[in-house]
Amino acid sequence: MKDLRLDAAGSEAAPIPNPQSPIPTTSCAVEVEDLTKKFGDFTAVDRVTFTVEPGEIFGFLGPNGAGKTTTIRMLTGLLQATSGDACVAGLDVKMQTEAVKQRIGYMSQLFSLYGDLTVDENIAFFAGLYGVRGERLEARRAWVLRMAGLEHHHGQLTAELSLGWKQRLALGCAVLHEPPILFLDEPTSGVDPISRRNFWELIYSLADAGTTVLVSTHYMEEAEYCHRLALMNRGRLIALDTPANVRRLMPEPLLEIVTADGPGVAQALQGRPGVTEAALFGRAVHVTVENAEAAARELPAFLASRRLPVERVHTIEPSLEDVFVALVRREGGAVAG
Amino acid sequence: MPRLSLKRLWAMARKEALHIGRDKRSLAMAFAVPAAMVLLFGYVITFDINDIPTAVLDQSQTSQSRNLVDAFRSSGYFRITRQLASDAEISPLLTRGAVRMVLVIPPDFAKHLAAAEPAPVQCLVDGGDANTASIAINYAQAIVTSYSATAVLKGRALPVPVQVESRVWYNEDLKSSNMIVPGLMATIMMILSALLTSLTIAREWERGTMEQLAATPVHRLEVIFGKLLPYLGIGFVDIVLVAVVGGVVFAVPFRGSALFLVVTAMLFLVGAQGLGMFISAAAKSQFLATQLAMLATMLPSLLLSGLIFDLASMPTALQLISLAVPARYFVVVLRGIFLKGVGLRVLWGQALGMLVFAAAGLTLAVRAFRKEIA
Amino acid sequence: MDALTIEVAKGALFGLVGPDGAGKTTTLRMLAGVLPPTSGDALVGGVSVARDPEGVKHHIAYMAQRFGLYNDLTVRENIEFYADLYEVPAPERPKRIERLYRFSSLGPFEHRLAGQLSGGMKQKLSLSCALVHHPEILLLDEPTFGVDPISRRDLWLIVHEMVAEGVTVFVTTAYMDEAERCDQVALMNRGRIIALDTPAALQRSYGGEMVAVRVSDRRAAARTLVEVPGVRRATVFGETIHVTLDARRTGWPAAERALAGAGITVLETADAQPSLEDVFIDRVGEMPGIGDSGLGIRE
Repeated sequence: MKDLRLDAAGSEAAPIPNPQSPIPTTSCAVEVEDLTKKFGDFTAVDRVTFTVEPGEIFGFLGPNGAGKTTTIRMLTGLLQATSGDACVAGLDVKMQTEAVKQRIGYMSQLFSLYGDLTVDENIAFFAGLYGVRGERLEARRAWVLRMAGLEHHHGQLTAELSLGWKQRLALGCAVLHEPPILFLDEPTSGVDPISRRNFWELIYSLADAGTTVLVSTHYMEEAEYCHRLALMNRGRLIALDTPANVRRLMPEPLLEIVTADGPGVAQALQGRPGVTEAALFGRAVHVTVENAEAAARELPAFLASRRLPVERVHTIEPSLEDVFVALVRREGGAVAG
Repeated sequence: MPRLSLKRLWAMARKEALHIGRDKRSLAMAFAVPAAMVLLFGYVITFDINDIPTAVLDQSQTSQSRNLVDAFRSSGYFRITRQLASDAEISPLLTRGAVRMVLVIPPDFAKHLAAAEPAPVQCLVDGGDANTASIAINYAQAIVTSYSATAVLKGRALPVPVQVESRVWYNEDLKSSNMIVPGLMATIMMILSALLTSLTIAREWERGTMEQLAATPVHRLEVIFGKLLPYLGIGFVDIVLVAVVGGVVFAVPFRGSALFLVVTAMLFLVGAQGLGMFISAAAKSQFLATQLAMLATMLPSLLLSGLIFDLASMPTALQLISLAVPARYFVVVLRGIFLKGVGLRVLWGQALGMLVFAAAGLTLAVRAFRKEIA
Repeated sequence: MDALTIEVAKGALFGLVGPDGAGKTTTLRMLAGVLPPTSGDALVGGVSVARDPEGVKHHIAYMAQRFGLYNDLTVRENIEFYADLYEVPAPERPKRIERLYRFSSLGPFEHRLAGQLSGGMKQKLSLSCALVHHPEILLLDEPTFGVDPISRRDLWLIVHEMVAEGVTVFVTTAYMDEAERCDQVALMNRGRIIALDTPAALQRSYGGEMVAVRVSDRRAAARTLVEVPGVRRATVFGETIHVTLDARRTGWPAAERALAGAGITVLETADAQPSLEDVFIDRVGEMPGIGDSGLGIRE
């Protein structure tokens, strides 16, 4: 399994072997039907239905408050569903909640590692929780340390590790017991671009070995790494498909305006008739318009009249972020608050 | 000298009040605990001894001996639970603890009395609880003396060369609740104040809100004083609550100046709460802060304040240590106000001690609190 | 954290990026006057951080990385509290608060407890509290941490409007696309600044030429490309791969042949300008913080 770490000479680091142990074949990896969660009057998750195939990397996208974390918590047995069915790793979550927990790995947003324990102690703790013992523990421990790059730092206090390393260790601890299903809730928040890519290579290697991975993220480019995506808004599933197909769901044409004054241009286009959305995208501005040709004609003139520098206006293929924003907006905007 | 802003101080105070009000548990603790403690301690800590289980071996069986036994019975201090037939029964009863005292009246009691000779009677007391034992002996002594007097006098007046006419001031009935309850206010307020305030600064560090606050121009003094204000308010209500409960439930008299009480109480609170904040600022961790607060206040206030145990009878070393226990001064003040009706003229020494304590508490808090992360 | 020297012009937008443990939060805390520097000094708003940290605070607003407002106070109460701390005059307040509500869409949630807001709304609230006193200088520590793309856009609209009004903004971020919008970017690693320039200049300083290619199998493509002589780097960026070549003219045909040989279909090819993220990866290297001296030190 090669990862994406490359140095200037173009040679790769040695592959990280993943000791194969039999992963139980299950009748379902994750199957969710009409899953609903209500908190009093408020419906956090509204009749969500989807299926995840074994070995798939399944992405959860959505604005804050859309219900992603609530859904994941229901699937991991941390929260009782109000109604609907969920089958995880071949087991009914409602009926066999504790058994399900033995078959899944979970890495939460807020850290599950203990800062005042060393790397070794954290591994030992999680191994104890899942009943990983003896030779198997030795093999798994060695694998986790190698995978996280912590072989020479296994005696270090976890609190002293920087974020990227903690993430990898947390991932390792979540899969110590080689679960067939892995749930990751925003695992790369705040992590630098290099560590993020390394982390994703780890996810890929796990998926290649047969682990099913459900991951939620706010990084749209990471959404591209998934086999399929579920886009949630206000508790409902508003898109469910491969990244490529989701990109085709863009309801309106998209223009890119290359300019030296992105903020100025975006500001000027706010609320302009024919413009649904004008947002900064790097230094450029992505403008969702009702009519591409008309806009391509009018906008440069309009912007010039405002003395805003425009280098180029052209139609582009929407990125996932553009689609995300457009779909959520079409569904009435994100849950306010 | 940085410019201090009353507005900012008030903003801190208002915010703290909001926090307190919205934290139901702290609120319950702040008001329910003092009332509960007064009731509990007031009822439990009592030095009044009544109904001491007693057995009587009346070998005389005369009307005189029966009168003596009646005197014991009607005093209220002793509860005659059995009449014994022989002295063989005495030892097992005392050993078992079935009775605490045995009154033995010898067979020739009446004969001696009639002959105007000394007529000894014997009191055997369980010395396991030395306190109760000595009190029991004293009561017995008093009853017998009074009986002797009536027995001898038989209606005649007898001049006694020296007589003690004792009068108890301030607490005629020698009710221990009068002794305990006023002083209890000091102990309760010390413990509660330190506990409540020990959380406030540490909590903000732990939650990350202090980092944000530290980046604003708010001054350390504004933070400390601002946070102090609502707790002072709570303390004031608690003082009134304890006084009322004491008066209503235990009939503790209030003979002094309410104003003086309020002033000294506020001084005390400032010191106690300042101490709590000092602990909070120094510990920076809520868990550690509460542990330290309990340690620093509970034992000293209970044992070395003069509340329960008389300071003057303690070894010198402990007495010296008690000088540093703020509750010690407040206990004297409280007893003075409630029972003796005295004020500043008499209690100025204690008031001064409390002023020093208040200043010390505040100073410690202000110095320990830094608007820096490391 | 090691010797740092930066100069930020008034009204500029300055970005500080770097891997976790690089020292970004430490830097910002020193500038905000909540962490005393071990040595050296900084002038923030003309006031020395080492000698007069309290004086600095009148010129700045600081937004900590961790949510620093009060969960058990409402949106309005939090904003009023910060308005009090900075002594914003009473007649000014309704107008300012109104504007803040408009920016942040927090209006309808005035009376909701801050603890009940979603992550994005919390960040907007933090920003609102920071802006209520019209600071000269805004210090933002990863303001978009954990925030969804929509709220991220909203937050940046607010920031840009502040910049347009002359506020100097110093922001740390893990999002490279945000760094691209800054007037100047400083790249930090292990407590030192390793690059400091405008985004454009940084991108120009990138060694090699870049081709962005869309393929049928990204990971296989990246593995294949890396073996090709003349290919310095192949980094996956969402659905494309940024291929860095010594020279496009000579290198790319070889790369294309290699891909074809591996059975990978090339869907689209385009010349590309290296993004700031490419620059980052180039400068910082493979494993940020790890090396002979061990793991990156946590801030």
